[in-house]
Amino acid sequence: MSTLERDVLSRSELDALVREREAELAELKAQLNEWIEAYDATPKRDASFTTISGRELKPLYTALDRADADDTEAVGLPGFYPFTRGPYATMYRTRLWTMRQFAGFATAEETNERYKYLLDQGQTGLSVAFDFPTLMGYDSDHPRSLGEVGVCGVAISSLADMERLFEGIPLDQVSVSMTINGPAIILFCFYVAAAEKQGVSPEVLRGTVQNDILKEYQAQHAWVFPPEPALRCIVDMLEWCSTHAPKYNPISISGYHIREAGATAAQELAFTLRNGFEYVERAIARGLDVDDFAPRLSFFFDVHSDFFEEIAKLRAARRIWARAMRDTYGAKDPESWRLRTHAQTAGVSLTAQQAENNIVRVAYQAMAAALGGAQSLHTNSMDETLALPTEKSVRIALRTQQILAFESGVTNTIDPLAGSYFLESLTDALEQDAQAIFEEVDALGGVVPGIHQGWFQQQIAGSAMQQQRDIESGRRVVVGVNDFTDGSGDIQIDTLKIDPAVERRQVDAMARMRASRDNQVVTRTLSDLTTACRTDENIVPRILDCARAYCTLYEIRHAMEDVFGAYKEPISF
Amino acid sequence: MTDPQRRIRVLVAKPGLDGHDRGAKVIASSFRDAGFEVIYTGLHQTPEMIVSAAVQEDVDVVAMSVLSGAHMTLFPRVRVLLDEAGADHVLVTGGGIIPESDMEALEALGIGRLFGPGTRTTDAIAYVKDWIAHQRTQ
Repeated sequence: MSTLERDVLSRSELDALVREREAELAELKAQLNEWIEAYDATPKRDASFTTISGRELKPLYTALDRADADDTEAVGLPGFYPFTRGPYATMYRTRLWTMRQFAGFATAEETNERYKYLLDQGQTGLSVAFDFPTLMGYDSDHPRSLGEVGVCGVAISSLADMERLFEGIPLDQVSVSMTINGPAIILFCFYVAAAEKQGVSPEVLRGTVQNDILKEYQAQHAWVFPPEPALRCIVDMLEWCSTHAPKYNPISISGYHIREAGATAAQELAFTLRNGFEYVERAIARGLDVDDFAPRLSFFFDVHSDFFEEIAKLRAARRIWARAMRDTYGAKDPESWRLRTHAQTAGVSLTAQQAENNIVRVAYQAMAAALGGAQSLHTNSMDETLALPTEKSVRIALRTQQILAFESGVTNTIDPLAGSYFLESLTDALEQDAQAIFEEVDALGGVVPGIHQGWFQQQIAGSAMQQQRDIESGRRVVVGVNDFTDGSGDIQIDTLKIDPAVERRQVDAMARMRASRDNQVVTRTLSDLTTACRTDENIVPRILDCARAYCTLYEIRHAMEDVFGAYKEPISF
Repeated sequence: MTDPQRRIRVLVAKPGLDGHDRGAKVIASSFRDAGFEVIYTGLHQTPEMIVSAAVQEDVDVVAMSVLSGAHMTLFPRVRVLLDEAGADHVLVTGGGIIPESDMEALEALGIGRLFGPGTRTTDAIAYVKDWIAHQRTQ
């Protein structure tokens, strides 16, 4: 009978096992000493052996690095607490990650055509990129929107635009992700109202709205209201969705923008999860049961170029979240412990020089996302440092995912790198770094005081400056930029240009829409919304009424701003 | 005539609605490290706000970062408003996601050199220093 089949070992058996293990480690130590001699005696390349986040790495990891680790508890099995090995028991054997390319430009009609093209090409979800006026809560015909309408994404100023965006795309069948934060609650209501027009009830809607305002103040900077009223809007949405749209993810807690703005892997991990805890605490303070909303919280991480550090980061994120949700916030439903994440390759790693090389960078990053166990993925197009991507470059980016999923074999075995001395050590190190950063944030008084003090912003800017110095000093090689530059001079490739007439067409369409709606209903629903903002009432139904009445984005924003005020950033560099 | 010994004064500005300030902050820090006096506007500035700050701060250079694709509107607008405010001696330069053909078109409209992704901060610093030295010897 093997020892595993018995419940209790005798004292002498236990002592024998311990002695056996100690002897093994002693032998390994002796072997390792020989290796260290050999290593020390050999000259090394003149290079920095650190991750791109500046983490010093050992040349070799062995069982000695794991001698004190409890991998049964910390690593576990996929689909089981603490989910280090993946949020689901069967992972990509049941369902591949969703291939979801972020897209949007010009008017709703043009973006609608691109969506239909992407769906025809085998893409399995949609992801809406809005233009800057929409992201900031301005209508296309607002003076501040001049020159920016439809340039960096699609212009959506009212329900009418949202209806055109999804014309012929059944919203009960396609899951849609929307990257919108400051005015997220308004665009979400446009979306729900557009689905209603298709005869689709919110109960069946699948998809995600980013709606993560904390990282806007910290990194991405598309805010509208100050933190407190903005957080109230988010809790209103968590509350409304938990009863009315149970399959919809009302927030995607995002590290992507934090990382792109300059953060290290550990900062991305820690700031994102700490923001997540903040939303959980706010919702619990509202009186919501954690298990009523936590299963719908979703995440969004960057997958940067440092292959193993990125895989470790995703694994560490799942473990930290599971532990906090169960032990700190008292969630009882395993669904609440499970961190599900979207991933996107690192835009900031792309180079304008020899842009075709970006296809290779994206492929490695995408593989890290798959080995890290992501639930959906956007692969960047090679030309994104120059302009919006062309149809051809978007197709290559999508094909990169398809080659990964169907040719590389990485989807056959779940979390294939688990148990690697190096990867498990790196996963632990990232978790420890995150814990240390959580303590720093607590010392500042929490996330919102940290934002008001500019702490997150300065931390991120400091890391960005360090990375720039590393590149300029040659300490870090970027192929085509500071080394291997032959061929970097010519950066002419085909790019997509937005016709300036788009702005004119969108402004004209808005004038027609304003003329054809019932302006009495507009005035009444807006005034009801302002009144509701002054109370504790959940404002989602009020904004839905405004959306149905074809109130515009800016009108709704303005009705809220009367009560909530506008955010002013602390400026520093 | 500007005092030739005066420290170079630069307004680093983020025009329009674009929130990407990584480049602006890196260049502001690098300019400061290079000995320039740097004023940073913060985000979401209109061309009017930028020109008013430039005139008030009596800067030599306005350096703008635009990653939103709105560069063809924003750079010329700032140039025109500066000229109207009698600040035609101020250099308008910058960087961001700007296709080369647009850089050429903007140069023809009186905008200085524009820098794309992968630029060394030392190149931008050298450009500003050379431009100022050239101005002050005229």
